[in-house]
Amino acid sequence: MRGDAALPSEPPAGANAGQTRCIIPGTAEAVRELLQSLVSGPLGRALSPEQVSNLEIVLAEVLNNVVEHAYAAFPGRVCVTLRREGADLRCEVCDQGAAMPGLDLPAGRQADLAEIADLPEGGFGWFLIRSLTQDLSYRRDNGVNHLSFLLPARQLPH
Amino acid sequence: MELHAQESGGILVIRALQDRIDAAGAIRFKDMMRDLTRNSAAPRVVLDMSKVAFLDSSGLGAVVAVLKALQPDRTLELSALTPTVQKVFRLTRMDSIFTIHDAVPDGLRHAG
Repeated sequence: MRGDAALPSEPPAGANAGQTRCIIPGTAEAVRELLQSLVSGPLGRALSPEQVSNLEIVLAEVLNNVVEHAYAAFPGRVCVTLRREGADLRCEVCDQGAAMPGLDLPAGRQADLAEIADLPEGGFGWFLIRSLTQDLSYRRDNGVNHLSFLLPARQLPH
Repeated sequence: MELHAQESGGILVIRALQDRIDAAGAIRFKDMMRDLTRNSAAPRVVLDMSKVAFLDSSGLGAVVAVLKALQPDRTLELSALTPTVQKVFRLTRMDSIFTIHDAVPDGLRHAG
């Protein structure tokens, strides 16, 4: 039941070396502030410019999806956990909002770019996420959505 | 969301002064672009994105919406895309839809 689900709790002091965890309200403004602080903060400075850029793109899409869909009917918070795995970055985003439709990830296929009049104005998000991540997975557990992905150090060409 | 418009010789150059076109501001951006382009008859609209460090799919959708609203008689071109913005356009292949300039056409660059 909504409200009973718990986001991951803070790890004990000293256990979070190499890990960044942030909990923010599920609003577009809070997402913007989080992205700006991640990019300009210690984690952003530790990653390559390419990886920072990819992190910002992917997290923007993932978090905006939580704001617009998971929390479409009621508000809530979002937890973002980032952990270095060698040169790669393991990311997990948790929220207490509505489940992903079909309890599964959208395909996020490249849209057909035909006539200008028929161009899509949406639906790019999952395609961007899939283009820039590996190991993308979703599970729902006790009312909490968990989205996990790896942001590799080097992007393979598409 | 701040936009600055300057028109000369059939080209309307709109410079985005905010550093992000994202979910938090995309609707406002689209509305302001609609107002600015409606107030001009210039057939070519050039969006100067030199100050925009980041654009997400909401921002991309808003730019596409502006392009569609100008059709069929007017065009929307883009200029001075920064690296992350360029990447979003390239990955989604929207860089094949828009005419993208490295810089604003000569004679229309804003001072400062």
